[in-house]
Order: sequence, then structure tokens, then C-alpha cells
Amino acid sequence: MSDALVTIESVQKIFTDSKKPALDGISATIQPGRITGLVGPDGAGKTTLIRLMAGLLAPTSGKIRVDGLDPIHDAAKLRESIGYMPQKFGLYEDLSVQENLELHADLRNVVGEERSATFKRLLDFTDLARFTSRLAGKLSGGMKQKLGLACALLGQPRLLLLDEPGVGVDPISRRELWKMVQELIDQGITVVWSTAYLDEAELCRDVLLMNEGKLVFYGKPSDMTSRIRERSFQIRQISGSRRQLLARVLRSHEVMDGVIQGHNVRLVLRAGAAHPNLHDINAGNQAELMPVAPRFEDAFIEALGGGPGGESALAQRLRPVTGETNTAVEAVDLTKKFGDFAATDHVNFTVKHGEIFGLLGPNGAGKSTTFRMMCGLLTPTSGTARVMGIDLKTSASQARQKLGYMAQKFSLYGSLTVKQNLKFFSGVYGLRGEQQKLVVNEMIEVFKLQPFLDTAPNTLALGFKQRLALACAVMHEPRILFLDEPTSGVDPITRREFWTHINGVVEKGVTVMVTTHFMDEAEYCDRIALVFRGRIIAAGTPDQLKDQASTPQHPDPSMEDAFIALVQAQSNEAGS
Amino acid sequence: MFLRLATLIIKELQTLLQDKQSRVILIMPVVLQLALFPFAATLEVTNNTLAVFNEDSGKEALELVQRFSQAQAFTELIPLYSEAEVRDVLDNQQALIVVRFPADFSRNVAAGRAARIQALLDGRRSNSGQIALGYVQQILQAYIGERLNDKQQVALSNLIIRNQFNPNLDYVRHIVPGLVAIITTISTLIVTALSVAREREQGTFDQLLASPLTPGMVMVGKAIPAMLVAMVQATIILLAGIFIYRIPFAGSFGLLYASMTFYILALAGFGLLISSVCATQQQAFLGVFSFVMPAILLSGFVAPVENMPTWLQYLDWLNPLRHFMIIVKGVFLKDMGLSAILQNLWPLLVIAAGTLGVANWMFRRRLE
Repeated sequence: MSDALVTIESVQKIFTDSKKPALDGISATIQPGRITGLVGPDGAGKTTLIRLMAGLLAPTSGKIRVDGLDPIHDAAKLRESIGYMPQKFGLYEDLSVQENLELHADLRNVVGEERSATFKRLLDFTDLARFTSRLAGKLSGGMKQKLGLACALLGQPRLLLLDEPGVGVDPISRRELWKMVQELIDQGITVVWSTAYLDEAELCRDVLLMNEGKLVFYGKPSDMTSRIRERSFQIRQISGSRRQLLARVLRSHEVMDGVIQGHNVRLVLRAGAAHPNLHDINAGNQAELMPVAPRFEDAFIEALGGGPGGESALAQRLRPVTGETNTAVEAVDLTKKFGDFAATDHVNFTVKHGEIFGLLGPNGAGKSTTFRMMCGLLTPTSGTARVMGIDLKTSASQARQKLGYMAQKFSLYGSLTVKQNLKFFSGVYGLRGEQQKLVVNEMIEVFKLQPFLDTAPNTLALGFKQRLALACAVMHEPRILFLDEPTSGVDPITRREFWTHINGVVEKGVTVMVTTHFMDEAEYCDRIALVFRGRIIAAGTPDQLKDQASTPQHPDPSMEDAFIALVQAQSNEAGS
Repeated sequence: MFLRLATLIIKELQTLLQDKQSRVILIMPVVLQLALFPFAATLEVTNNTLAVFNEDSGKEALELVQRFSQAQAFTELIPLYSEAEVRDVLDNQQALIVVRFPADFSRNVAAGRAARIQALLDGRRSNSGQIALGYVQQILQAYIGERLNDKQQVALSNLIIRNQFNPNLDYVRHIVPGLVAIITTISTLIVTALSVAREREQGTFDQLLASPLTPGMVMVGKAIPAMLVAMVQATIILLAGIFIYRIPFAGSFGLLYASMTFYILALAGFGLLISSVCATQQQAFLGVFSFVMPAILLSGFVAPVENMPTWLQYLDWLNPLRHFMIIVKGVFLKDMGLSAILQNLWPLLVIAAGTLGVANWMFRRRLE
């Protein structure tokens, strides 16, 4: 391992304003000419590690060597051999593509003949030649990342550090980015790709799997997934509620983890456990247990100690919603224009009571705009959005009393304590006195918030923030829950726990409308609408959409495959 | 409805008071302005230097020089002995004003002829210079008056000025009531405009709008905490004015606080209006700043409103601080009566109704 490009030896990084180390005793190497994935949920320490390698931060203790150099001492020399693409778009939005390239070329001292040759090569490589005069801020998410990549490649680096390049990029552009990175690997460049998407881990040669500052796994991703080989199954042909089945199945000791995949339930068994008896768990007469390929995420769950179980303490306390007959949520020709740009373009859908309806699409596709119109936070340019038969924009607070809303990014009061937030939101929804106390205490118990009551939510771990946000959204027992990207960036255990609650409340008759850009998360929904460039390009149950994309060569496509196939079909149609 | 509003108000006060930083932001300006303004922002000229070039050695000239040196306005007196020194002392800003007695001064005075005296001022400090010249003239007037008395002669007319409400022309009496108005202005605007912008930035505003609260309730929920905070601050300054600076409070507290309520409402309207067009705290801060600066400058606190061009006076009618400045000074120093207060109060009511109405409309419109 002596020829490693980067060596990391028991590196620890503690930021002065926090008690917990951001990185805690990380040791690993990054081998030349390969792509190494830095994988983990938000707050795992990925960005910190990348910034240490780039020489932008000094470790509290431990040693890092990049290309034989100390990233802090030999910073000037190191700059020549690394390219760094930060997570937040590191480009000037008010400069054009060409100007951004020129600026970075000036900074890297790429001049004369070499400059024009490099520009031509990079613009061809990124396919941005047509857009050189466009302002960087006006590019799509995918194109921005390609431009960022081009700028990072300007000095012909040996090591390329990419911090979450896949965020905000639609699946098609994401695949293109991966192809481009593969070409760079073939040219002998070493790439570090950080990501919160666990499915991307499987595309890397090596993986550093991190969680809360600790290294969970280091090695080939297949070594990780092989740990759970022959323990992954799908229960198919289920009769009855698959959500209730999942809850039952997770009760049995043999099952380590389970999720819903469309009409099926996916299980991972504990090591050495016997297959569950489908009859005992009441899966229906036709139900069958089919072995499926293990996933990196399942192995991660096991490394973290198994799934959270299938019981939702929240749902147990909820009163069932009854007597609803009409449509819960309805969008008719819903359109929102910002100038010439239609963020939402003649969107139609209906959501029935007691179902989970998902708006699925990449960032910037128009999900949030649509969503905000449904909640009455934005006025449509034309068309109507109705919730329980009422237009939320014109009507009033009684209708909103029946809604719960959880915003995209964590948005509770950071300067209030956890308890004050709970009190505030219950008060706003009209709970008071003994009843308020009772509900707040229930939430504290259900979401295990007792130790944090007097802390500010900003200092909580992401998982607890998420719990608190959900608690604040459901205290008043809403009939309809609006969840905007509820699980973005959280670790898979918290994600499972979150969906367990959602499944539980839906079983009680609550309607849930959710947006997500996690393709696999859409599998939890009863029905989904695929949103792309402001329009719904397909709608149906997850299985229906996957079937549409199924081909003889590729009989069992993932949600992401389905999405790409449907987008391509759409653009072919538009082209012909 | 009422309890929900109470929840909002409690939340707002908690956010304002729990955070150390925002507590400092609320308290520091009060303390600083209270400690510094009454001393720094005085319009009196004191502690200045007078230079005297006395070419005369007579008794009369000496008498006047001694009177100058006793004056409070001049703590230092530099004797000069040559023309060149006169120039130097002014060029180097060693003296604000030079008084020069010609060689025949005392002789002329003694003989009852017109005697001349020259005053040279530092033109770079024209305002202070003018005021200092005023003091010099006062001393001269007094001297002339006494000489006439000595000769049993009476001056043809003698103007005696007494200043009502502030007999000693003590500038603290001008500053402190003004501070009451200025501090309430700043804190009301900051609490309303910045807190809405902060909620927008943090995404909690959406959370509020998705709840059963109406935009109107959210506005009231911002205006009332601002009112509470501003009134507490105003009270601190008021008490400090009365007990520390010993300014007699002439009027009625009830009337003052009642008018303050309407004033704060008018301001809250401006604050909410600013916040309704701002997406970030930074924008809101700039908005508050560009409102507060002209509002204070055109309030009559710095320069009389009557000295402004007519069109600006009309425009200034929209400035709530202008009206409240009259009320607060009037009530504090002059025991202004109800009818006089009402004359300045109704514009505040109109402004409050206008700004709050527009702000409410903007809040609904902003949703688009």
C-alpha cells in the first residue's frame, strides 16, 4: 500500500464550537488511478475529510499525506496536482460559462496555446461548447456540475476531489457525470467522489463508508454487500396491506431490516436466520419469497446494528381518521410561471384519502413549486389546487387546521429550545391547557426527545431534527400530511424509522403527500407522479411505472431505470 | 384565536430574549446612546481656545481680556504677540477664534469714541466659530451695558432673552426626549422587519403560513412584541432622563404612552412593509437603515422641519418620527395638552392605517 496517492493516518478533527469530533480516528488510503467513494449520510464527515485532503483545513491530530506532500505545509505545490470541486456550486453565477473557465484558468495560470487547447478539450468533454455564453446561474443542475468539473480539471490534476457532485442533478445527468469520471480514471486521474446516495457506492472501486465521523467500512463495496449475500429477499404476490405485512414481518427476530418496494416487501435476514414462514406472517396464499441481489444500503444497515423495527409509536397514539369520502388532494391544470419559465406546467393529479402519493423527480423539476401551491404557500398562475375540496389560497384557517406540513429543509425555530418549539407549534394549532401538555409529552415520548428538551434544535443531529420536525407537523392530528423532501440526507436507519411512522399513520387513514428525489424512496408510495421539467411525464403505482420501463434485456428495472426510460421516451416523442 | 396570538407573541419574545446576541442588540444601543448622546451630541461650544492679540496696554482692553478668560466657552486663552502668530494659531487650529485689540482701543473707549475690535474665526469650523463669536459678542454687550450703567446712562433698548421650558438652554433636555423617540424607532423596525426576514431565511415563515394562522395574525404577532420591547426601552430612557439627567417631566405619562402606542403601530407598518419585500435579513437591514436615516434627519431632531424646502416638508408628513418627536418633546418638557397632541396624533393614525394595510396586502400578495 506504499504507492497510495493519499494516506490518512488516525486523523481526528474537532471543530472548536462542537463537542463531538467531526472526524474520529480515520485511517485509510486512496489508491491511484481509481475512483474512491466517500459515502455516508449528512454529517458523516465527508466534506471535512475532503477539505483536509485539499489542504483547506488542518487536522486536530493524525497525519495526511497527499501525493507525498503535507497538504498544509506544501499547499502551494499540492495545488498543482489536485482539482477540488466544492459541494456548494463553486462558480460565479453571474459570469458566463466561458468567463468562469477563463477565471479559473487565470487562477491556475493556464495561458496561451495551452489555454485554448484545454478549453476546447474540456468543452468537448463536458458537452458545454454550445452554452459558453450562458450565465452559469442559468444552467441546469447537471450542467452546473459539469462546468464545475471542467473548472476543477483545468490544471490537469492528478487527484480530483469531488464533494457531492450528484446533488441537485437529475438521474440522466448523474449517469453522464459517472461516465465522464470513468473516462478520467482511464486517463490515469485519481478521483474521490463523495456522496450521500448509497447506491452510488456500488459504482466505486473502493469505498470509505462513514457515519457520524467514524469509518464504518473501508474496502471494495462488493466486500460489504457480500456480507449479506443470500440474505436478501422479496415477498411478492402479497394479498392484504403490504404496510401491515411489513410491520408484522419486522416483529420477527430473523428479520434484520425490511422496506416496501412497490407492491412487494423487501427483507434482509439476520446472519444464519431461517427463512420466515409466509403463512405465519399472513402474507396471503399466493405470496412467495424470492431471493434478490443484496444492496450496499442493506449492508450499511447491518453495520449500524440493524433496522429500527416496524412499530410506529406515533401511529399507535393516533385516532383513526374516518368518514372521509371525497378526494383528499386535487390539482387541475395547475400552472406556475416565473416570467417565461413554467416551473409547473399544466399539472393534473388526484390523491385519494388514506394513500401515500409521491411527487418524484430531480431537483429543479418543479416538485416543490407544485407542492407549495398545494399547501397554499404559492398562488398558481392558472389552474386550481384543492385540498379536501377547498382552495387553500382563498380559504382559511379551518382547512389548514387539518393539514400537517414539513418543509424541505429543517425549519423550526433554532433559537427556541426543543420543548418551546413543541409548545409553540401545538399552540399555533389551537391546543391548550391539559390537552396541550398531554400531546407534547406524548411526542417527547414517541420521538425520544427527553434528553434534548432544553437544547436548541440547531445543535441536534440530523436524525433528531427530523423527528422533531415530524412531531411538530403531526401534533394536531392532521388528516393530510404534506412532506417536502422529508428524508434528504439522513442516514438509512432514520429514514426507515421515518417511513415506519408514515406507514403507520397512513394505516390510520391519514393521507400523505410527499416529494422526493430519492428514486428508491418512491417505492413506499401507493402512487407516484414523475415530474420532469415542470410536467408530469408519467403517473401510476411504482410497479406500473417500472413495468413500463421493463424490456426483455432488462426485466427488473429499478425506479431510476424507469425514470430514465420514461424521460427518454418523452423526449423521443417530443423530437419526432 | 386569542390564545394562538398569545402563542405567537410568547414565541417572538422567547426568540428575542433567549438568544444572547439578540439581547445584546436590543440593550446595547439604549445604554450607549443614553451614555454618549447627551454629552457628545451637544450643540453648545465649550472647551474651546480663544487667542488674544492685544496691541493695546490700556485698562479697558485688559478688562475685556479678563472677562473672556472667565467665560465657560473658552477654557484656554493664548496670548499672541505678532501678526504672524495670529495666522499660525488659526492655521494650526490651535484657537477657534482670535480677538485683536488695536493699539488705540482703550484710548477710544476712555474718550467715549467708537472703539474697534477685530475677531478672526477658523472658517473650517464655521458653526462652532459662529457660536463662539456669539459668546464674544455677549461678553462685549455685557461690558458695554455695565459701562453705560456706570455713567448713569441707559441704553436705548435692551433685549433680554428668557428661554421658556429650557431656561438654561441645556441641550440634554433636547437630546433625551429625542432619544426616547429614536430608540423606539430603531427597535420597532428591527424587531418587525428583521424577524420576518429571519423567518423567511430559516423557512419557518412557510411553516407559519401553512398553519391555521392568517397573515393578519402573523403581522399582529410581530407588531405586539415589537411594541412591548420598544416601550420597555423607552421607559428606561425616560427614567434615566428623569432620575439621572434630572430633566423635569412636565406632562402626562398616560398621554405619552398612548401616543407612543400609535407611533409604534405606524412604525410596525413600515417595518412589516420593508420585510414584505425582503427575502433575507441583509436586505431587511438595508431597508431599515435606509428608512431610519432620513427619518431621523428629517424628524426635526437634527434641524428644524420649518427650515426645509416646502415640498420636502409636505413629503416629510409621511415621516412618523416627525410627528412623534413633537409629541414626546411637548409632553416631556411642556406638558402639552390633549388638543395639541391630537393635532400631531392623527397623522400617526393615518400613517399606521396606511402602512399596516399595505403591508397586509403585500403579505398576501407575496404568496404569489
